[in-house]
Amino acid sequence: MWAWIQKFSSPKYFYDMSAKLIPWFAIPALVIGVYGLYLGFFVAPTDYQQGESYRIIFIHVPAAWMSLFIYMVMAISAGIGLIWQIRLADVIAASSAPIGASFTFVALVTGSLWGKPMWGTYWVWDARLTSELILLFLYFGYMALQASIEDQRMADKASGLLAIVGVVNIPIIHYSVEWWNTLHQGATVTKLDKPSIHIDMLIPLLLMALAFKLFYATMVLVRARNEALYRDRNRRWVRELVEKL
Amino acid sequence: MNKRSRRKMLVAMVVFGVGIATVLALTAFDENLMYFYSPTEIHAGKAPADRAIRVGGLVVDGSVRREGNGLAVQFDLTDNAAVVPVSYTGILPDLFREGQGIVAMGRIDNAGLFVADEVLAKHDENYMPPEVADALDAAHEAGKTGAPATN
Amino acid sequence: MNGSEFSWSEFFAMGGYAFFVWTSYGLTFAVIALNIIMPVMHRKKVINRVKRAIRREQLQQ
Repeated sequence: MWAWIQKFSSPKYFYDMSAKLIPWFAIPALVIGVYGLYLGFFVAPTDYQQGESYRIIFIHVPAAWMSLFIYMVMAISAGIGLIWQIRLADVIAASSAPIGASFTFVALVTGSLWGKPMWGTYWVWDARLTSELILLFLYFGYMALQASIEDQRMADKASGLLAIVGVVNIPIIHYSVEWWNTLHQGATVTKLDKPSIHIDMLIPLLLMALAFKLFYATMVLVRARNEALYRDRNRRWVRELVEKL
Repeated sequence: MNKRSRRKMLVAMVVFGVGIATVLALTAFDENLMYFYSPTEIHAGKAPADRAIRVGGLVVDGSVRREGNGLAVQFDLTDNAAVVPVSYTGILPDLFREGQGIVAMGRIDNAGLFVADEVLAKHDENYMPPEVADALDAAHEAGKTGAPATN
Repeated sequence: MNGSEFSWSEFFAMGGYAFFVWTSYGLTFAVIALNIIMPVMHRKKVINRVKRAIRREQLQQ
């Protein structure tokens, strides 16, 4: 078992395998994304209260979900790297951070652009918005630690620790709309009784979420390949590979 | 400064920065957290009178009166238990309408009128086309008997 | 958009929310594009760096 993990988590093996995997994520991401947008703009009906402005939901909500999902992937990978010293796990964690930060940024900005016409303000310091902003800072903190510490092992340890500590923020973000009186409304899709969203709006929303997830899978592989090459730049397999290019 | 201690400085600075950001955010959390008082809490005197507060509730049907140039507006806010009259001058968000949930920021004057400097609309977590909303309303009207919605 | 006839100008107007909707989508696409371009450039940089290191070592020998 252990030998099996060692083999599959070796950066060289990962580099070769991931090249074959990438198109299996990239192409569905594109197809599902385009179809989701088509449904979102041309099939989903106008909202009874918010008119057309609600169409921001098709990127805002998937981006917000991804910001949490990627953080969990990053923290769990960093934990595996810390405990079992699996180098590939640290590579995945480091490659996830900039993508997660991007989605967090998109969730914040699209939320702001949605809040202005509907709530009447671009920003409020309510619990949901503030905790999501802290999430962005956690990603930035992770990336800053990765970039500022030269010794790769130390960098992985320090940033991994930050990522794991920051996990406390995740349930705060999710439950903030229940724990405090926030301007942000409660959950629509994940509440326990059936989602209070019309089916023609729900389908494009879920398709966009799937497309975003596939996009993340694609890009984390692309980035992890770069990271694996860079970290092993003095090893023989990278040298041999580069000479063939 | 040698390389190693410079690195330690950088780490310390990053940790310090994240720490400061968290403390600032938590302070903001603690102080207002967009916490709003309900009209019932205001009537019970739970809201502080010395600083600006937020009150959240539903705009009472038929209570919206526009005055003068049209930017000044008065309306009543309720949580279905107590009512607070609110006055506001300025542009209202698109979602502001009777029956809508809103959050107003301001203070209570001596006459018990809540003078707001900011009015934000709070929308619910439901998304549906107008026809469905109408059908649901109709069903709700007839609903006490449990009649299914027909449209 | 359940009107009787579809019109592109109506579509782009987004019921008066054109600025908010299209800025949101435009920005999201820009971020996604950047997320694709940056790793591609980074890959070239890493490969060039390794190539230079190999050449330097060959000269030293």
